[in-house]
Amino acid sequence: MGRSWKFGNNISTDHIIAGKYLVTSDPKSLAIHCLEDTRPEFPKEVKAGDLVVAGENFGCGSSREHAPIALKGCGIKGIVASSFARIFFRNAINIGLPIFESREAVGDIQEGDEVEIDLGASKIINRTRGKNYGFEPFPKEILEIIEAGGLMQFVKKRMGK
Amino acid sequence: MTLAERIIAAHSGQGEVYPGQFVYADVDFCLGNDITAPIAIKEFEEAGLEKVFDRNRIALVPDHFTPSKDIASAQQVKTLRDFARSHQLEYFFEIGSMGVEHALLPEMGLVLPGDLVIGADSHTCTYGALGAFAVGVGSTDLAACFATGKVWLKVPETIKFLFNGRLPKWSSGKDLILFVIGDIGVDGALYRVMEFTGPGISALPIDDRFAICNMAVEAGAKAGIIPPDKITEKYVKGRAKRGYIMYSSNGAASYCQTKEYDASKITPQVALPNLPSNVQPVETLARIGIDQVVIGSCTNGRITDLRVAAGLLKGKKVHPYVRLIVIPATQAIYLEAIKEGLIETFLKAGASVSTPTCGPCLGGHMGILAEGERCLATTNRNFPGRMGHPKSEVYLSSPAVAAASAITGRITHPAEVA
Repeated sequence: MGRSWKFGNNISTDHIIAGKYLVTSDPKSLAIHCLEDTRPEFPKEVKAGDLVVAGENFGCGSSREHAPIALKGCGIKGIVASSFARIFFRNAINIGLPIFESREAVGDIQEGDEVEIDLGASKIINRTRGKNYGFEPFPKEILEIIEAGGLMQFVKKRMGK
Repeated sequence: MTLAERIIAAHSGQGEVYPGQFVYADVDFCLGNDITAPIAIKEFEEAGLEKVFDRNRIALVPDHFTPSKDIASAQQVKTLRDFARSHQLEYFFEIGSMGVEHALLPEMGLVLPGDLVIGADSHTCTYGALGAFAVGVGSTDLAACFATGKVWLKVPETIKFLFNGRLPKWSSGKDLILFVIGDIGVDGALYRVMEFTGPGISALPIDDRFAICNMAVEAGAKAGIIPPDKITEKYVKGRAKRGYIMYSSNGAASYCQTKEYDASKITPQVALPNLPSNVQPVETLARIGIDQVVIGSCTNGRITDLRVAAGLLKGKKVHPYVRLIVIPATQAIYLEAIKEGLIETFLKAGASVSTPTCGPCLGGHMGILAEGERCLATTNRNFPGRMGHPKSEVYLSSPAVAAASAITGRITHPAEVA
């Protein structure tokens, strides 16, 4: 279970991690600047197991994988958004950062709500409000990548490594 | 099938593909840069993979923070250089041959009509201007492609953007794409292909087509694509390093949506902070003073762009309160601009001219903004803090509007100074 951090629509990869920090790919070094200009308290107060809850088109803009790496480096356990920009979506799946599309959850979850994700039951559970929400199921091809633990593990398996 | 579907089908061993279907597609060419490739290389090596799928089908282009701006960025380029040497990659570009990747690879004939291209850079969609299906991906996708030569794709739906009429004087491909993004929004084509077609597109030179497809990602699109024609063939001929196929959408092509526009009504446009969709025609803007102008990038650093800008700046001076930075996107463009006297025009006007780099576009180097400063750029993104201080502002325009504005010190319609 973790605390929800709420963000609006069109949070770009520039918001998540600014271009000036792309001289490293170290998760911890990126994490300390994650979303710092949008919410200065976020990188300081975020705790392992917390969730990001955002509106439409989360992760739009650049293809920088540093964005999901920074969020993962912060300990973010999952992202619930109304929709994701497509490269961010791929990157998150490929590096094993759980992401969920649910307009219902985004509309209802408030800043600070304690939320957990039950993958087996395909449910987002809001402990603060005592409510459950569904999310868009993953197609089986994407589930295979998630279950392998990310794209490189999946590729290794396919190549018989 | 649509143009994009035909290319995907041809690369995935399928007679036919349909939107929503998952395919593992063969990749003709893949690329990464000094920001994205270091992660790809790390992933590749950590996975214990030893051999790249084809040393002639991978480009590593250190263009973002180069010439290396500091030690950390020099280390990143070194990672690319070491990998290129140990795998004997044919296409690693040191400064001196390096250019902004999405101007360089088409110019070198490395990305071609009918290709399926992936790049660890969101503006990989630029190559759709040649009738390729080219998609931006992340570093891990690139690492997987290094090993397998394949990419997982969900076949996207296609939206047709049909342009009747011709763009008026002072309007360019950049104005056309800004207008479209202003119309449909930054997620207006999310997960979809934008196919640009009609007489308004056929009339456009290749450099304008590159600018249009380049910014498809700014509407959330997976790819932008333009049916290849005689103009495409003229550009590709003599450059192509491989064979190519000029596909077109066939009779049974099915589009999820068709949008029709009159190109003759598209006047010069500007995207205001802080979204590429926050678009207004220049003539409706109140007085907006500027501190800096950047002409360059994978959107608008090509020779046609420099010609238009120099045409307006010839015999004039940059406003004393404005810093004008001109960045030819490749060495070949730079040299051509010297031969044509364009660089002399820029220097005499009081511009600073730089070696090719992405530099300021992503707030890297070569023109970072201070608090409260305002920049008009021919680049592609204006999210908060994109070019520097979080409280600086970026406006996006064509090279013509940028050059005109550099002269007057405020966002200006080119007709005013021409």
